[in-house]
This record gives sequence, C-alpha cells and structure tokens, in this order.
Amino acid sequence: MTALNPVAVLKGIFHPPPTPGVLGVFAHLDATVEAIGRLKAGGYQDCTVYSPIPRHELEDALAQRVSPVRMFTLIGGIAGCAIGAWLTLYMSYDWPIVVGGKPVGSVPPYVVIMFEMTILFGALTTILGILFNALFAARRLGTVAWDPRFTNDKFGIFVPCEPKAAAAVEQLLRASGAEEVRRA
Amino acid sequence: MAQTTAPPPPPSPTQAPATRLTYDFVTRAIAQTLGHPGKGYFALLGSAVTLLAIGIICLLFLLRYGLGLAGYSHPVYWAVYITCFVFWVGIAHSGTLISAILFLFRSGWRTAIYRTAEAMTVFAVMTAALFPLIHIGRQWYFYWTLPYPNERGLWPNFKSPLIWDEFAIGTYFTVSTVFLIMGLIPDIAAVRDVVTGWRRRLYSLTALGWRGTNEQWRHYTRGYLYLAALATPLVLSVHSVVSWDFAMAIVPGWHATLFAPYFVAGAIYSGVAMVITLLVPIRKLFHLADIITVHHFENLAKLCLLTGMIVSYSYVTENFVAWFSGNPHERAAFWYRAFGPFWWASWTMNICNGILPWLLWVKRVRTNIVALFVISIFVNIGMWFERFVIIAVSLAGEPFERWSNAGYNPTWADWGIMAGSFGWFFMWFLLFAKNFPAVSISEVKEVLAPPRRGRGRGGAA
Repeated sequence: MTALNPVAVLKGIFHPPPTPGVLGVFAHLDATVEAIGRLKAGGYQDCTVYSPIPRHELEDALAQRVSPVRMFTLIGGIAGCAIGAWLTLYMSYDWPIVVGGKPVGSVPPYVVIMFEMTILFGALTTILGILFNALFAARRLGTVAWDPRFTNDKFGIFVPCEPKAAAAVEQLLRASGAEEVRRA
Repeated sequence: MAQTTAPPPPPSPTQAPATRLTYDFVTRAIAQTLGHPGKGYFALLGSAVTLLAIGIICLLFLLRYGLGLAGYSHPVYWAVYITCFVFWVGIAHSGTLISAILFLFRSGWRTAIYRTAEAMTVFAVMTAALFPLIHIGRQWYFYWTLPYPNERGLWPNFKSPLIWDEFAIGTYFTVSTVFLIMGLIPDIAAVRDVVTGWRRRLYSLTALGWRGTNEQWRHYTRGYLYLAALATPLVLSVHSVVSWDFAMAIVPGWHATLFAPYFVAGAIYSGVAMVITLLVPIRKLFHLADIITVHHFENLAKLCLLTGMIVSYSYVTENFVAWFSGNPHERAAFWYRAFGPFWWASWTMNICNGILPWLLWVKRVRTNIVALFVISIFVNIGMWFERFVIIAVSLAGEPFERWSNAGYNPTWADWGIMAGSFGWFFMWFLLFAKNFPAVSISEVKEVLAPPRRGRGRGGAA
C-alpha cells in the first residue's frame, strides 16, 4: 500500500513516474499538423503538442475548447468593480462629511476608482487563471517526455500509449514526417 | 531516424533580413544579448549609477533640511518634482501602447520592440512613483495616502483627484509589471534551453516550468489577449487621471476640458521618443541590427509624428481658447507663459514639440537612425518643459493674487534629484536588458514564416 505511505505520496507529487508513450520531433509545422490529424483519426486523443510559438494551425488541428481563463477575467473584473463601489461608498458614509450641500456618496468621481479596481482585479485574476490552468493544473507536465529544442525551433508530439502499441504510433509519426521518434 | 527532407541551406547573407531570419537564429541572436556586454554597456551603467548617486545625495539634503531647499515660494508649491512625476508617467505610456494597443491591432512590427517598451513602462512608473513621495515633504508619512482610517476614523477623500491618481498609478504599475512578466515566461524558457551554468538555473526557476505545450499556449494566449484588452483602456485612463490632478483645479492654464486627450497624446509622444532613445544604444550594444531594423524605427517615427501633430494641435487650441474665451485671467496666464520670465521654458516646449516633429514628415529623416536619435532627445527635453510650463509656470503666473507672488526658480536640489531619476531609470533598464531577453523571442518568431516542408525556412539548424 504505497498510497498510504506519506513519503511515497510526496515523492509521487514531486517526482512522478514518467508516462509511457512515444515522442516525435518535427522540423515542420505542416508535418506536425498532419501527424495530429492522423493521431486523431487513429483514436489517440490525449497527446501533448509542443511548439516554440502559438500557431492557429495547431489549435485548429487539435480542435481545443476556448480557455477557461476568460471566466477568471470576467469574475475578477466584476468583483473589482464591486469592491471599488463598496470601498468608496462605505468609506464616505462611515464618516459623512457634507461639503457644499453635495451628496456624501457622489458616484461620478467614484467611477474613476471603480474603473481602476475593475482593471486591477481583472488583470490579477487573469494571471491567476493562466497560472492555475497552465502551470499548476498541468499535473502530468513533469511526467511526459519533452525535448529542449521545443522552445527553440522544433515542434513535438507526445503520444501516451502502452509499450505494445508504441510500434504503431512510431510508424504513424514517421509516416507524417517526424524527423526523430523515440520511446519514453 | 526518418528524415523526410534534406537539411535546408544555411541562411544566405544576400537575402533580405526578414527572409533569412530563422527560429534558431532568433533564439541565438537574442540569447547572446545575455552574454558579456562589452565596455560600452558598463560605461553607460556607470554613468547611470553616478547620476543616481548625485540624486540620492540631493535627496538626503532635502530630507534633512525640508522642502525649502526646493525653492518653493507662494504660490508655487508644485514644481520640479510634480513635473518629473508627470514626465515619467508619460514616458511609461508608449510602452503599453506598443505592447497592448498595437497587439490588439495585430501590428506585426511591434514584436521586435515591445519588450523594450514594456520594460521601459515598468521602470518609468517606478521612477514616477518616487516623486509624489519626495514631494510630500514629510516623506516618512507617505503611508497616510493609503485608504485606511486615521485615528479619528476619517477615510481618504475619494472626491479628490489625488486619490484617483494613487489608484490609477498603483493599478498601472501592477498591471504593466504582470504584463511584462507574463510576456517573459516563454522567452525565459527559450533562453533556459540554450544557456549553461548559473544562468540555466536562474532561468529554470523563473520560467515557471514553461515547456510550450498546447495546453500552456491555449491558456497563455487567451490570458494575454485579456491582459492586452484590460491594459488598453487602462493606459488611456491613467494619463487622463493624471491630467485631472490639474484640470480639476481652477488655476488658469490648468482648468481645461482639453487636458485628458492632450495629456494622453503628449504622454505617448514622449514615450515613443524615449523608446527610440533606448533602442538605438540597445541595438548597437547587443548587435540586434538584424532583428530591430530601420523599418521599426520608421514606424516609431510615424507614431511620434501622429502624436506630435496632436500635441501641436492642442497647443494651438489651448492658446486660441484662452484668447477666444475673453476671460482676462485665462488670457493673462497664457500671456505670462509666452512672454513672462519663463519665456525660455515655453519656447523650448513650443519648438521641440510643436515644430520639430514636422521634420518627421520627411522619409529621409524617418529612416535615418542618427537623426531620429537626436530628435527623440529633443522631444523628451521639450516634453519635460511642457509639464514644467503647465505646472510651475501656471502657478507662478497665477493672476488672482499677484501682490503675493514671489519669484520662483528651481534649485540645485531639484536638478540633482531630477538627474538622479534619470540615473535610477537607466540603471534598472540596463540591468534588465542585460539579464533578461530585451527582445521577445517567441513573438519575433511569430511574425516569421513558419517552417514548412519543401520550403525549409524557419526551422533551419
């Protein structure tokens, strides 16, 4: 029962075992797109695609859903606006000082504060959304094979699969134009 | 090993720069900026630190002897420090324009220069934020401006433009910093994978585990879009709010509805000029002539021309309205500006901002980097004097109580602290450019043709 051993659990979190699969290295964008199409047709849905830059061709081939980061931005922006309104109005009425018979809580000048707080909270929650989704939530990130050339000039596809299916995947990646294929 | 295509030929020096750039070339050209920078860099850094030291010494005198050292006399209590504050906030603005607004407009040319502009934004806001603290006199009570109740339960007055300004500048600093760091992550990862030694460890830590997976790009590109969309109204609001520090008061020369767009245009004008001032040495010191080309400088010059024309138009409008309003105080203020004891400041501003940008209509000037560098420095001098004229000269010429006006002149402490602010700004900028990619690696690659089979470009080894 290694799952109940706290040392083993921690080790599993910080040094997770590698995911078995095949890694293909591509020099060309269109070859990568072709390989993604063939993998999808072959039933391999769970592959990880690496690229030095974001490309719409890859997004279209993967048919990804729109990122949930937008919900973070929306909620953060609305929350910021509300906090701006609360801050100004509460602080005005907490110690009301009437100047020139004007309303204690006069909204037009407070719009400036509400606007700035909308932007501030919207931006900070967007960052949290990216970190949460792209970095922290990517649990498998440390376990799938990767190559340092992927941040420079190569594209890559990692296909998780059992060792007995690896030969077929290797064949598929090579046929699509991978310049290098290796098992992980 | 299945090799489907023959290795592409190496880039030929006879091809146009845009077509001989490959992904690998871009990574290495930008990663080499982090190597040994040469004597020129250390000479610049040394000058910046010297200026900063002068500023710190003057500031210590100011702390010891108080604001009397700043030459204030009734009614001039806002002078060089507030001028420097507005100047540096203005400098910051073009960075966000280039990184966010041009991003939304899908301007490909921004990719080679936006990192420099964005870093400039962050360091300029850092510089600007010092000045209200220097200006308040009892600097150790700066935290009184934060929204917390004092011992009598009083909160800050949210009807005051000074509090709006605090929120605007605070938000601007936070958002532009996270925007800069966000853009850096994929580039730090790219550098991490080509360098060795302690840099590799530093960049492994700061790349936050970036590997360029489809999931990472999916969230990153979407988040970046929203950050740009949030930063765009922010940049327009920040200098509007700064302008309301003045426009909400009744001092003639300040109290104008024109101020918000006038200040925003002036901010972008001076900021673009500062980008040119910074890019010329960066390009030279770090050998980036292949990536930052004359085309980029010409586009920056066009932005400078556009905003310079808006600024010139605002000058004409401002003077015309002062005359046309028939308001004797308004007329007196503008007469004092042009022909009073500070005529030299006004005419420096008019010549540098109203007349000099007309040179940029000429293509030969726009494509001459030396000429642009010189013009950009004069634009910055002009824009500093614009703020000085608006702030200090309007107060000195305040026509309501002429009998109480005393003479005002900036003192050595003012000039020393202003010089120190330039040292502070350039020091941070030079340290940044040396230690982090000052040109975006992934975004420069985005505007190149991607490597495709049969064409062999982009992915050349």
